[in-house]
Amino acid sequence: MRDNSELIHFIFGRLTWAAIPFHVPILVYTFIVVAILGIALLATITWMGKWGYLWREWFTSVDHKKIGIMYMVLGIVMMLRGFSDAIMMRLQQAMAFGGSTGYLPPEHYDQIFTAHGVIMIFFVAMPMVVGLMNVVMPLQIGARDVAFPFLNNFSFWMTVAGAILVMLSLFVGEFARTGWLAYPPLSGIAYSPDAGVDYYIWSLQIAGVGTLLSGVNMVVTIIKMRAPGMTLMKMPIFTWTALCTNVLIVAAFPVLTAVLVLLSLDRYVGTDFFTNDFGGNPMMYVNLIWIWGHPEVYILILPLFGVFSEVVSTFCGKKLFGYASMVYATVVITILSYLVWLHHFFTMGSGASVNSFFGITTMIISIPTGAKMFNWLFTMYRGRINFDVPMLWTMGFMFTFVIGGMTGVLLAVPPADFELHNSLFLVAHFHNVIIGGVLFGLFAGINYWFPKSIGFRLDAFWGKVSFWFWLSGFWFAFMPLYILGLMGVTRRLSHFDDPSLQIWFQIAAFGAALIFLGILAFLVQIYVSIRNRDSLRDHTGDIWGGRTLEWSTSSPPPDYNFAFTPLVHELDAWADMKQRGYQRPEQGFLPIHMPKNTGAGVILAFLAMVCGFAMIWHIWWMAAASFIGLIAAAIVHTFNYNRDFHIPAAEVARIEDARSRLLAQQA
Amino acid sequence: MSTASELPHGGAAGDADVDTRHVHGHDEAHVHGHGPGGAAHGSFKGYMTGFLLSVVLTGIPFWLVMGKVFQDHQTTTLIVLAFAIVQILVHMVYFLHLNTSSEGGWNMLALIFTMVLVVITLSGSLWVMYHMNANMMPMSPQDMRNMP
Repeated sequence: MRDNSELIHFIFGRLTWAAIPFHVPILVYTFIVVAILGIALLATITWMGKWGYLWREWFTSVDHKKIGIMYMVLGIVMMLRGFSDAIMMRLQQAMAFGGSTGYLPPEHYDQIFTAHGVIMIFFVAMPMVVGLMNVVMPLQIGARDVAFPFLNNFSFWMTVAGAILVMLSLFVGEFARTGWLAYPPLSGIAYSPDAGVDYYIWSLQIAGVGTLLSGVNMVVTIIKMRAPGMTLMKMPIFTWTALCTNVLIVAAFPVLTAVLVLLSLDRYVGTDFFTNDFGGNPMMYVNLIWIWGHPEVYILILPLFGVFSEVVSTFCGKKLFGYASMVYATVVITILSYLVWLHHFFTMGSGASVNSFFGITTMIISIPTGAKMFNWLFTMYRGRINFDVPMLWTMGFMFTFVIGGMTGVLLAVPPADFELHNSLFLVAHFHNVIIGGVLFGLFAGINYWFPKSIGFRLDAFWGKVSFWFWLSGFWFAFMPLYILGLMGVTRRLSHFDDPSLQIWFQIAAFGAALIFLGILAFLVQIYVSIRNRDSLRDHTGDIWGGRTLEWSTSSPPPDYNFAFTPLVHELDAWADMKQRGYQRPEQGFLPIHMPKNTGAGVILAFLAMVCGFAMIWHIWWMAAASFIGLIAAAIVHTFNYNRDFHIPAAEVARIEDARSRLLAQQA
Repeated sequence: MSTASELPHGGAAGDADVDTRHVHGHDEAHVHGHGPGGAAHGSFKGYMTGFLLSVVLTGIPFWLVMGKVFQDHQTTTLIVLAFAIVQILVHMVYFLHLNTSSEGGWNMLALIFTMVLVVITLSGSLWVMYHMNANMMPMSPQDMRNMP
């Protein structure tokens, strides 16, 4: 009998039936719903016979446009999960006053706010930002793909593997109860002995590999593969912000990786880097993770600043005001973002000199951001503003983000921070900049580039419905939190004693409901647009009267993007080409050298996910086997020399001729 | 702007030379960064110089430690650290062929950026943690022993 239990322990590690939360009804119901929907989805795909299509055309694709779209789909799916966490928290806090404890037990509530933060940052904002850069940036610089197309596919699947591990924690075991940055000693083995923090560590480590490699890929692409004539100061502003963001990714993510390695050493082999005794120092973890964490917020926002710049200049029919100052502001933010990390822990007690240094650098970094705001305003000034959906999101952003920025500068004053640290004021501030900046920017970008990447535009009516629900919902949901924060209410509480606060939480819950309608309207917008795709189709390739090179090719672009690599003479190359009476080349096509699709990325990421799962549950044989498999599969892939093919000149001519006919019909 | 007259289309219409320029970037196996503007290649002389310098720069600290040349540990530590920094530079120049012109200056720019960030990270962390210890951990080991 004893032998048997040892054998079971060897095979399953610490994974037992007790890890499956049968005793938590809400999770059982969630699981049943997810399982039914999942089976329905898989059955539909099987019934329609689309598995081969999905595998050949999407999962194994090395086309940057398709990978970008898959990143966006991942981000949207994870946003639904992250938002359901949010609405659960809002409901709980609106209910749990005085005698009522609400409907969520504290240990479950703690997992929800941790999962909400982790998912929204790592698996919603990051994939969508990376996805947008993937779709747009190579088109903007006139390239046919990114520098390392297979690496791009691999990066995407590593991100998916991390996301799957987080989702798995809902039904197998539990997620961390530590807050989204998993500060020790709470995240140490002494206080979090279960698998939750391990899920956190391994999902971030695996997704982090993907993010880092994608960063390397895009930096190389922007530096090495710009169209001839496109000097750095003729690069579209979105490409500039993408360059700075990816430089930040390459420089910052290794810090996160290293910190999480140290934390996992503490948890797995009993080292004492971040413990309370034997010379460990938990404060060092906080210090290091914010050295990654602060650049991370600029990694998220910078590309969206680029989106707003493109949208403002396109929808005002003008070139961007102050292009050079915009570039310099972006570069200055890139450098300065490494000099402000301590403002996340003023209260830790480093003293007046350290706090004032970081307080002042934080105030300085708001200057280039403010300069950008003025550039957008001056671009709009005397512009012929077209209030289409992307422009609405941009104006909503300007209105909202300025408030978030100002509360940020307020928090940068150390004495004020001592009052507001860990309060709901802080929660309101960062939601103000992340929703008002990153999310609004993503929606602006999706509405702006959707016709380019898919071929038909998104329905404007439902886009406006979504925008107004999001905007009003945001203000209803987070203004009460500012007020509560100023009254001293701290974050991450699942129960309150003072009944006079309840009304504010109820207003916030109402705001969350409005945001729910906004998300619903967004999904309806996509559905309606697909249904009406024929009337919404973009035959011109330049639906908004764009100014940059992505609008010079068809919508959606052919696999090779450009039949001939464009020559760039001016900033806003496409506006310049149009002004000078550009004629599309209609003959003289050459065969085009292209990379072949490969399933290696899916296989490698799957093995990495299995390895992560095995490490989480201490199934050592499986961890070792999958790790060896991972290395072996990577080596085997390097021997695959069958990686490229040529699109014949006749095929290029056929595609281009079809477009010529379409354009002639339009004219 | 001056090229407008040469290229009435404002694009690369029919310009076959331009077309091939970007195709090579499609497969990682094809991207080397050699050729014009790529990394410099090493020579036998360069590798030998680098090797000899590395050996000497490793040998001297080894001798300083093993031969106990200085009584003061701190002096030895600082000298060894100085040799280590020179060693890093030797590796970068002779083995990684780093100079101001490789990859059109991007390598040097990346190196400077990396060094700035590493210096910020290390010195900043030391500064922050030192002040925190000074402010928040006023207890010396003696104080600890005398705790009730």
